[in-house]
Parts: sequence; structure tokens; C-alpha cells
Amino acid sequence: MNNNRVDKLLSMRDAVAQYVSDGNSVAIEGFTGFICFAAGHEIIRQRRRDLTLIRMTPDLIYDQMIAAGTARKLIFSYMGNPGVGSLYCIRRAVEKNIPLPLELEEYSHYGLVGRYAAGAARMPFFALRSYVGSDMLTANPHIKLIDDPYGTGKIAVVPPLNPDVAILHAQRADRRGNTQIWGLIGMQKEVAFAAKHVIVVVEEIVDESIIRADPNRTLIPGLIVDAVVHEPYGAHPSYVQGYYDRDNDSYLAWDKLSQDTAAVNAWIDEWVYGLENFAAYVRKIGQARFDQLKPESYPALSVDYGRYR
Amino acid sequence: MSESYSASEMMIAVAARMLKGARTVFVGVGLPNIACNLARVTVAPDMEMIYESGVYGARPERLPLSIGDPTLVSGAVSVVSMADLFGLYLQRGLVEIALLGGAQIDKHGNLNSSVIGDYAKPKTRLPGSGGACEIATNAQRTFMIMRLKRRAFVDKLDFVTSPGHLSGGESRSRLGLPGKGPEVVITDRAILNFENAEREMQLSALYPSVSEKDVRAEIGWELQCAPKIEEVSPPSLEELRLIREELDRSGMYR
Repeated sequence: MNNNRVDKLLSMRDAVAQYVSDGNSVAIEGFTGFICFAAGHEIIRQRRRDLTLIRMTPDLIYDQMIAAGTARKLIFSYMGNPGVGSLYCIRRAVEKNIPLPLELEEYSHYGLVGRYAAGAARMPFFALRSYVGSDMLTANPHIKLIDDPYGTGKIAVVPPLNPDVAILHAQRADRRGNTQIWGLIGMQKEVAFAAKHVIVVVEEIVDESIIRADPNRTLIPGLIVDAVVHEPYGAHPSYVQGYYDRDNDSYLAWDKLSQDTAAVNAWIDEWVYGLENFAAYVRKIGQARFDQLKPESYPALSVDYGRYR
Repeated sequence: MSESYSASEMMIAVAARMLKGARTVFVGVGLPNIACNLARVTVAPDMEMIYESGVYGARPERLPLSIGDPTLVSGAVSVVSMADLFGLYLQRGLVEIALLGGAQIDKHGNLNSSVIGDYAKPKTRLPGSGGACEIATNAQRTFMIMRLKRRAFVDKLDFVTSPGHLSGGESRSRLGLPGKGPEVVITDRAILNFENAEREMQLSALYPSVSEKDVRAEIGWELQCAPKIEEVSPPSLEELRLIREELDRSGMYR
């Protein structure tokens, strides 16, 4: 299914059209940063339906996608607006079936990380020391306690998770999809290897020689990547380490706005359906805002791998 | 001479004092984060902070707005995957103290951060575990930080998200949980601990001008008292100065 094609560069529209279908399980991952809102918006714009959305922290992106009616199920491990409060659209779906009922499948962080890790290595389960004494065991029948075959007692296990598509944002990749990330590397590697298809979305497309000059920084090899999308600021209002800060005002504004269904629908009309693509969103936000979000430079020393010949 | 201070500043100061000498602390955002930073510049100079986002040894240059704030990455000792953070740091036993909170706590220090009401048809859907369940399981010691409120200190949890001393006594160690479980509950009015055979929360210290009766009024079961109830001294001028002028300049958590 995947290959080492030389050029996988696609527009976001084409990448979503080709790799995200109705009914798919989709993981747009990244912990607090690297959250690809550009992909979320495009999925809304293309009116995908009946998705199973997977994210450790659903964040604003899934609040928006669930408000827009794209999903029927959510797999998650922490459902909050990070550092701000609640995710009101998801709560409305769960508590009041607005706009649609939403099935929940809930883990702890390590449990969901473990599902990705088992999925990535194509193993039948991942064992972890958690859940004993917690009601999460009864709330979610996929989490099980088994006897350690080596005799130390009960141990919790979770099954593999292999999303149909993983969409991951990063600083840079080459056209084959060899992808480098620095900052919070959370679960991106595991979910990429677990998924059946991978779309990487990057701030910069670089030459393969840039990747090969720093191989330790390559988290995702092009070998498992289907599409590469060049989408500067595509993680806004979340952040990309070293490129732009989280736009916290947007997170605070969403906290207010999202408490009202009509305001949410108006926001989606204006900022998603009303725009042709994410580049138009970036223009509408305005370069001045992105200039404010740019962090002061703080470069690491480059390392010397040596040349051996 | 005394300076006026808020309940939050008192909680921060008390939590920081209790972290004396700590080497590794697993921390969230908000009050616990400020408490850790205060401890690091006062009573725990060797402390390294660990965040579930994958950061070991953070040195934030601003107040982090979430546990995934990029200020936690820049200047840290190490940034690792979450699989490594939970596997190699937490489960390996390298976390000395974890600071936890929740929407509800019971007398044995079990925590609920999942739902109010029935799980399938919740009255209020809360964020859920995040890393709390495995942190409560594996950290060597656990300190709870929660405001004292009757709706939070309940006789029976609607849902057990994270295990404390379970049904009390030896029930936690019998099930083989690696960490020792809840040690103290730091509130905005008093300190409670679990130093009895039943591992049941008991009043151990009162803040200035708080009475035992005030505390009981906010607790949903018949609260036991430690043999001796200490009085906690208010935040020092230096603690207040550090909190106000260095750690939380905008006053967000005060």
C-alpha cells in the first residue's frame, strides 16, 4: 500500500479526498502542539461523516469536527480544553446528542499510548501497570486484567489500535515524507507506524540532504507515508515548536463561543465553509498575528555525526 | 508583622514546603506548577519537574498555560515520547512525588475526574484520566491538592478514575500497586493525611483562623482527627514575594 515514491506532495484537499473516507477511523495527533487544524477544517469542508475520531486529547480541533457532525465515535484519554476548561461541543454531543449522538471509548494516557504502540509493532496487546482499582476497567471492556504468565500477579492489557488514517503535523519533511520533529514528540511515531495510511503536514518542505544530515531527528520515515502536505501555520491555533506559539487567545475565545451552539455554527460557516482552504484562513487571521506568535530564537548547537568513508 | 494573603497563596506555600528535598516531582499546571517552582527556589534546589507531555527537568521561563506548553521544552534536560515518559520514568519508579487533584475525592484518597452522575448517562462529563490513573498507581508518593468543598469531599465517588487507598487498610498493597498511595491532601484551609491503620483521611493541621468545625462543614463524612492537630504558619514575606513577583506575575492563580 505504501511505497517509496519520490514525490508525495499533495494539496490538503487532494490528500483528504484520497485518504479520508466516510466511516474511517482517523487520528489527528500531537500533544497540545502540532495539532493539524488545517486537516480538521478540510475534513469538515469535504463533509465527511460517521468518522471514528481518535486523539489522546480531543482539543478544539475535535470539538469543531464533532460540532460539524463529522463523527459518530470518539476514542480519547483526556477531554479538556488544555489549561482553559471544558470542550463544550463534545459535552453537548455526549450529554444532549447535539448535533448527533457520540459514542465514547475512554482510556488513560498510557493506555491509549499503549494501544498505538501495540498497533505500531503489530502486537496483540500492550501491558501496563495501571487500571487496577479503577472503574475504567468496567467502563471500557477493551481494557482487561490478565495473569502475568511469569507469576507476578494481575497486569492490565490494552489491544492494538490501527487507525485507517493518521494525520501528523511537523516542522519539516522531504518530498518522500521523511519527517523530522523536535519538541513534544508525544505519540506521533507510534500512531504513524500503527496507521494504515499516513498524511504528514509540514511547515517546510526540505531537500532529502537536510534530512540525511540529521538522521536522529527523523521520527517518521517516508516508507510509511502516503502524502506530504505543505501547509505553513497549519497547526494554528496550536503551536509548532520554534515556529509559532500557541494562540492562547483563540483557545480562550473558543471557551466562550463554544458554549453556544448557534455561535459555533456561525464560526464554522465563517472560518471553514466560507473559506476555500487553510491558506485563506491564514490570510484572514493576518500575518501580523503570526508575527506576534513567533518565538525568540533559541537554537541548539548543531552536532557533528562525522563522515566515514 | 503580617501581610495579607489569599487562600491560593497559602496552598501554594504549604505545598512547596511539603516538597522539601524532593528530587523528582510529577506536576500538572496551575497551582501545583507554581508550588513546584516555589519549592525549587526555596526548599528543594535539586528538584527536577516531570510532565506527562514527555518533559523531564523543565525550566519554564514563563508560567506554563498547559502541560504541553512549548516553554517546558526549551531548556529542559530531556524531552521524550509519552511511551518513554510513562514506561521509563513513571513505571520504572523514578517519580518520587506526584501532585494530583480531581473533581471528587473520598475518605481513602481515591479520585474521580471522569463523570458526575452515571457513567453511561453523565450529568456532567469531566475530562477523564489523562495520566492520572497510572500516576496514582506508580508514583512513589502522592500528594493531593484540592480546595476544600463539600461537593468535592464526598462519601462515595460517582466513579473511581484513579486509585488511592481503595477500600482502606492494606487493600492497596494487597492488589500490588507499586506506589505507596496518597500521603496528604493539601487544601485551602487545612492539611489532611492518611496516617492511621484504616488509611482514612484525617485532619492533621489547620491554617490560621480556621477551626475544626469549618473543615468538617466541607466534608461529606464523619472526619477523624489526628492525635495532635498542628497549626500551619502563614506564607512568609519571601514566599509571597516569590509567588507575586516571579512565579505568577499576572496573578492568574492567586
